[in-house]
Amino acid sequence: MRPAWSVLLLTTLIGAGQGLFLALFASDLLFDPQLRFILWGAAISLALLAAGLLASFFHLGHPERAWRSAAMWRTSWLSREVIALPLFMGLVFLYGLFAYLGRESLVIGILATAACVALFICTGMIYACLKFLQEWHTPLTVVNYTMLGTASGLTAAAALSAWLQPALSRPFALAALVAGALAYLLRLASLSRNTRLRPKSTLASAIGVKHPRIVQIAQGAMGGSFNTREFFHGRPREVVRAVRWGLLALVFPVPALFLIFSSSPAMLLAAFLAQFAGMLAERWYFFAEARHPQNLYYQAIA
Amino acid sequence: METKKQLALVIDLNVCVGCHACVTSCKEWNTQGAAGPLTDQNPYGADPSGTFFNRVQTFEVGVYPKTETVHFPKSCLHCEDPPCVPVCPTGASYKRAEDGIVLVDYDKCIGCKYCAWACPYGAREIDESQKVMKKCTLCVDRIYDEKLPERERKPACVLACPTSARIFGDVHDPESEASRAIREQGGYALMPEWATQPANHYLPRRKTALRVDPQELQRQDNPLKVDGRLPPPATSDPALDDVTSW
Repeated sequence: MRPAWSVLLLTTLIGAGQGLFLALFASDLLFDPQLRFILWGAAISLALLAAGLLASFFHLGHPERAWRSAAMWRTSWLSREVIALPLFMGLVFLYGLFAYLGRESLVIGILATAACVALFICTGMIYACLKFLQEWHTPLTVVNYTMLGTASGLTAAAALSAWLQPALSRPFALAALVAGALAYLLRLASLSRNTRLRPKSTLASAIGVKHPRIVQIAQGAMGGSFNTREFFHGRPREVVRAVRWGLLALVFPVPALFLIFSSSPAMLLAAFLAQFAGMLAERWYFFAEARHPQNLYYQAIA
Repeated sequence: METKKQLALVIDLNVCVGCHACVTSCKEWNTQGAAGPLTDQNPYGADPSGTFFNRVQTFEVGVYPKTETVHFPKSCLHCEDPPCVPVCPTGASYKRAEDGIVLVDYDKCIGCKYCAWACPYGAREIDESQKVMKKCTLCVDRIYDEKLPERERKPACVLACPTSARIFGDVHDPESEASRAIREQGGYALMPEWATQPANHYLPRRKTALRVDPQELQRQDNPLKVDGRLPPPATSDPALDDVTSW
């Protein structure tokens, strides 16, 4: 599949926004965060979510019709995500507003957490529900989206608290390390699962000719088509391998070094940025490694 | 559900010659029909591209000299369980209950391409100018048009095919020409492993061999014991059947 930047940014930005909210609410329950930490945290979480939402519009051919996409929530995970994202954003806004007004925000926080989990599930299921994209069709897809989002949000919370309320920075950094390590292991599990996959569809089943040796001579178009553009990343193998190494380094090991050895706001911000870059590489690789069965029909340009 | 109508194409790979007449007639009809226009990008330039409902691909099967060329027309299969329909967030993609045709409502489509990801056959193509998803409509604007003579109420590709490799009909009616072809000529579905139950079927390549028994050329039983006394007649000489009539 060709990685679409709008989708890479959407999923990574909202993942970080969701993780940051979960960190805020957890600190609200466990510790005694200052008001300005909660307000800055809610504002940054909202900004990340809004940036993700904005990025998603660039994926659409007709963004002015985007409102229609809430219609089919009974069958479509994409439609469910379209509902869950604004709902979660509204609840995060209310959470910040209640904190600002000094009102009890426990119920709003619980509702927002539920919306946050629902959003993680919707985002992951958009990919995991496509059964013939075997690299995606696994519970690990949902788990990876959830864990990586949570880990990056906790790193962001560690950086933010180092600036606003240093007492909270160590617990957040510790939580970010634990969540990051777990996310990393689960992502390694899905990477190793995907290298062992055997494609269910073959050229023989694609055209229904039972012969082990079939070669495509012509694909029905002299130039490219939508099918040759949308489903192939078109990058050399070295680039794909480099992105894989990039994600392996940046998703956890590099930010972990920052989180362990530093507590300055700038260094923790660097940890978040490194992890975010790692998540972009992870998402790019997620798309690039998925082999769509339709590619069987497009093996030669003649 | 089973008894309802399901219109579909049955494509005979044994007679398809790969002439692309179905491709051009499809493009011609649909670019000016209700589903049009099917836009092209850079059509006369170095890197042409465009929107098509139907494409003919060519495959070579086997190792030289034992090879066979298979021309393979490829379009939307109008699956009975279409994976592209439930994923559509707006309901722009739908399967008609009355005849099983899978269609896109261009006025509702937001161009998110999720349905194209959800089609294992790559049957959907986005129109790069109109930014909506397009696909074969089985010429829904032809097949019910009562202004056309009845024999022309068929998809444009079916009418154009010079070798009659494309059969159009209701595959849920066991007596239709399409159903009979599937049943009697080994019709099969593409990628059955995904349980999409494509309505379109393909008929396999078949070998036609002329079998000539030696006895048909020269009698072996020799009932009157006369063969062999005289030299056998040359095969170019007229046979008994050619010179007498009983």
